[in-house]
Amino acid sequence: MSSNYETLNKHGLDIRKIRAEFPILHQQVNGKPLVYFDNAATTQKPLRVIEALTDYYSGYNANIHRGIHTLAEKATSAFEESRRAVKEFMNAPEAEEIIFTYGTTDGINLIASTFGRANIGEGDEIIISSMEHHSNIVPWQMLCEETGAKLKIIPINDRGEIVFEAFEKMLSERTRLVSIVHISNSLGTINPVKAVIQKAHEYGAKVLIDGAQASAHIEIDMQDLDCDFYVFSMHKLFGPTGTGILYGKRPLLEAMPPFRGGGEMIKEVTFEKTTYNDIPYKFEAGTPNIGDVVAIKRALEFVEAYGKENISKYEDELLQYANERLQTIPSVKLIGTAQNKISVVSFIMEGIHHFDIGMMMDARGVALRTGHHCTQPLMDLFNIEGTVRASLSLYNTFEEIDIMVEGLKNIAERFK
Amino acid sequence: MQKSSINARQDEIIEAFSLLDGDVEMASFYLMELGQKLTPLPESDKVEENLVKGCQSKVWLKTELDQDRIRFSADSNTAITKGLVSLLVNILSDQKVDDIIHADLYFIHRIGMDRFIGTQRSNGFVAMIKQMKMYAIAYKSKIESKAS
Repeated sequence: MSSNYETLNKHGLDIRKIRAEFPILHQQVNGKPLVYFDNAATTQKPLRVIEALTDYYSGYNANIHRGIHTLAEKATSAFEESRRAVKEFMNAPEAEEIIFTYGTTDGINLIASTFGRANIGEGDEIIISSMEHHSNIVPWQMLCEETGAKLKIIPINDRGEIVFEAFEKMLSERTRLVSIVHISNSLGTINPVKAVIQKAHEYGAKVLIDGAQASAHIEIDMQDLDCDFYVFSMHKLFGPTGTGILYGKRPLLEAMPPFRGGGEMIKEVTFEKTTYNDIPYKFEAGTPNIGDVVAIKRALEFVEAYGKENISKYEDELLQYANERLQTIPSVKLIGTAQNKISVVSFIMEGIHHFDIGMMMDARGVALRTGHHCTQPLMDLFNIEGTVRASLSLYNTFEEIDIMVEGLKNIAERFK
Repeated sequence: MQKSSINARQDEIIEAFSLLDGDVEMASFYLMELGQKLTPLPESDKVEENLVKGCQSKVWLKTELDQDRIRFSADSNTAITKGLVSLLVNILSDQKVDDIIHADLYFIHRIGMDRFIGTQRSNGFVAMIKQMKMYAIAYKSKIESKAS
């Protein structure tokens, strides 16, 4: 596809204008223009987010919630504004149901340590899928070891989609929790989470959705999904690192014991007894990551300015183009070919190790991820050690896909 | 045959890399070529006990003592890493135990290795060197205990 004005204006998105918001994209890496295709690991940050951080630290840095002075008031109000922005973004019923965490992993561990310990015991069952990230496997293995509960794994088919009938058969009155990824980080598969949630609820099981990869690409609507918990990381959604979101239904959050003890999460402390604060503060012990949380609001505004629907449509076109172009290289084998997927392409090349591909592509300025993507059990199912993964975002272009494909063709030639 | 010294071999590598003009892509292709020239280890030697710990890729290292000299052979599951380990094999193989222990591997800095391989691979590269020197130290104590 040739480089022209048309390819930079898609679905109401002016890609040139969008790219102009990201200072980091306009640089050379190893003497070549940077092509950043590692968005599933972390997205880059628009200027408005970077500026929000500078504004906070140069204008109103103060500890929140108990200060009586003006700066503390300003910081508290900005912090809580971000909470309301997240509530709107994910259409949660109430702002109090939004807990700030350090990221997806932190959110899952919070649920495992609080909801898990309080509600899951010996002989109970937790269901996850075969395509989970290690962070949605290990906390449950730890909980199972501690409590004597059992972990059950939903199988997948060759395309990298869960086998729904197998999941239905796994459910029983012993199922306490289903914890499943909304979109696979290794394959890009969009799981039918709404159907999973409905089915699990028929058995009285609660459902946690790992939305780490979903939040930046598709609509996430808590009231429509009706999930019990939803977690994601802001740094994969154009926000700062070290911030994450945990949504939980109010009655569940209220019934859960606290996670960490300390300041902020208490109502009253005597040496004899402590009463805990209300949600969300009960789960936000200690001084939170205020500056980064404040900047979250600007990241969400960035997404809303362009619209998830437009973003999804554009990214679908990028995905389709990347798939078509990659298939012109005979040694490329795509891993994960689900019908319903986002703009993540995982592949291997016959006779060439993924590390070598990653390194040679980096020499051409193309940032790809190589390895098992923290999903070793999934790689085992495909009988591979790892893949090369290109994960595309709304600031990527068709021309960048061409650059990647040319580079891969060159590598394929060298290895003939 | 006169064996060239560790430093003479390093200087040859420095000269070869200087022709690449700091081009990272050229360097990775050159490393792959070097790796292809390295005699592969038989599958039976690609075992856990020969693995160098601390490398992201798999690197197998084998040694053989010939009087007071060590013969290294190595292999890797990735082409560029195989090239990296081949540099070390070229420099250190068939050298005297003492010379290996005291080798100052200045070529790493001189060819600007960190530019080519980044921090994560640098750690793996350091692990390879450490492993080779450890073998030399072990052989030295073996030789000395035999002599005494």
